[in-house]
Amino acid sequence: MYTQALNTAETDDRGLEDAAKAAQFQARIDAEERIEPNDWMPAAYRKTLTRQISQHAHSEIVGMLPEGNWITRAPTLRRKAALLAKVQDECGHGLYLYAAAETLGTSREELVDAMLAGKAKYSSIFNYPTLTWADIGTIGWLVDGAAIMNQIPLCRCSYGPYARAMIRVCKEESFHQRQGYEIMLTLCRGSDEQKAMAQDALNRWWWPVLMMFGPPDATSQHSDTSTKWKIKRFSNDELRQKFVDATVPQAQYLGLTIPDPGMTQDAEGHWRYSEIDWTEFKQVLAGNGPCNRDRMAARRKAHDEGAWVREAAAAYATKRAQRQTAQAAE
Amino acid sequence: MPVANVEVSETPLVLYAVRRADDALILGHRLSEWCGHAPMMEEDMALSNIALDLIGQARELYTYAAKAEGGDNDEDKLAYLRDVRQYRNLLLVEQPNGDFAQTLVRQFFYSAFADLYWRAMMNSRDATLAAIGAKSEKESAYHLRHASEWIIRLGDGTEGSHVRAQGAIDHLWAFTGEMFAVDDGERALIHAGIAIDPGTLRGGWMTTLSDVVSEATLTLPQNDWMQQGGRSGRHSEHLGHLLSELQSMQRTFPGQTW
Repeated sequence: MYTQALNTAETDDRGLEDAAKAAQFQARIDAEERIEPNDWMPAAYRKTLTRQISQHAHSEIVGMLPEGNWITRAPTLRRKAALLAKVQDECGHGLYLYAAAETLGTSREELVDAMLAGKAKYSSIFNYPTLTWADIGTIGWLVDGAAIMNQIPLCRCSYGPYARAMIRVCKEESFHQRQGYEIMLTLCRGSDEQKAMAQDALNRWWWPVLMMFGPPDATSQHSDTSTKWKIKRFSNDELRQKFVDATVPQAQYLGLTIPDPGMTQDAEGHWRYSEIDWTEFKQVLAGNGPCNRDRMAARRKAHDEGAWVREAAAAYATKRAQRQTAQAAE
Repeated sequence: MPVANVEVSETPLVLYAVRRADDALILGHRLSEWCGHAPMMEEDMALSNIALDLIGQARELYTYAAKAEGGDNDEDKLAYLRDVRQYRNLLLVEQPNGDFAQTLVRQFFYSAFADLYWRAMMNSRDATLAAIGAKSEKESAYHLRHASEWIIRLGDGTEGSHVRAQGAIDHLWAFTGEMFAVDDGERALIHAGIAIDPGTLRGGWMTTLSDVVSEATLTLPQNDWMQQGGRSGRHSEHLGHLLSELQSMQRTFPGQTW
């Protein structure tokens, strides 16, 4: 999902820590208690969460770019306002996720610097281009839809600040998802040209969206610890299947065809999709997706070109504080 | 297939509303160009927020203009199907974003005017314009506060930010005079109590500017040559490019529902 690169093995340093504290910590997790910033926690728990929450935050911020690509070209004023508001919401999500990550002891600046240096990941999905207006509908419908599928269980994550941030994020995401679906519905009820635009967007986004849930369970080493710590409550494949089952009827209602000729419905009603091309996924994670370089370049440009503004704000704040101190001394 | 521009019957009232709608849309569009690219995330949020307020104002004003016109036009036809010569916005708002200082100085000049303007418009005899004034005044007050704080930070921040802020003031100053210009059609609306005389706002506008600019250790230019033309469709070269982007979907796929 937004934190795919977490699917790597975690260094287990719990052996170095107080075993009694660790046992007590696990007992609290098992009792569904929330862990709060000042509570004792294993270093690996802190590290995993810092990475997960910051990757999620980076995804929100980088995710502004593909949709932001259409703000200046939205086809009506209503759509323009809605899209701008949506991208603004994503920035807000990024900000409060960074704030949640900061409660674990790493500053937003450090987290952002790691992302800009290419050391931290963000969701693979944002490395695909938005080529037509239908991509904006598709992102809302599928990308936000997939995000919700992943994030609703995170509202019960064992770490309090993350769980609470997710509650707010999910409310807004579900609004975005409906908005995206409504764009698709409008296109599908429109001209042949518009319907073709919608189908083309679905064709391009379908597989990358399925990859958002991360590698198949068989190859995902990370999930065990995360599950034990109640950070993750469902496996990648479980969430992916849930998403596919929810999405197929929505596509049918739109009159669109899922670009998977091998898809079948099993006896239990689950839609069984064909093999995902994990080579593409790995390439995108490795930085070779269609837009990886553009996305990083855009974020770095904003950061670099904004440096003088941030310096000016800091310099002014220092001057003002000095003046206030001097005034108070008089 | 070329898409024809809509025709607008520019009665004084229609023209009056369209001019203010164009100001709000073009400035809102410019600010929206920052979304995802601002110097800090808080400013991605703030500039988008201001853009949203302005686009909201534009929609109400276009809708009112279309209603006053009484024809087939609506907010989208007015926004998407008029060309550069039919646009009636101030030259100030179409100026490119430039750096952050230029964007904020443009905003400061405009918001310092809009804040006073919309507050005065709350007394318009036209109930719709008065209502739009009441809503816009609250928004403009926040826009002005945000811009003023940045002018002070940039002016009194670092040597480099001071130079950029002063450069932006000097560059954009010539576009401020147009805000106070009135033509015959508008004069009639002023006499009827529908519009307010912007000349009466100049003193208050100058006071706001002087206060903020002096706190920012910046100066206002002595040069009083002012560019004009936006209100009658004689724009800078920048607007055409903005419109070609803004209108691309409606021009490429005419007559469809989005």
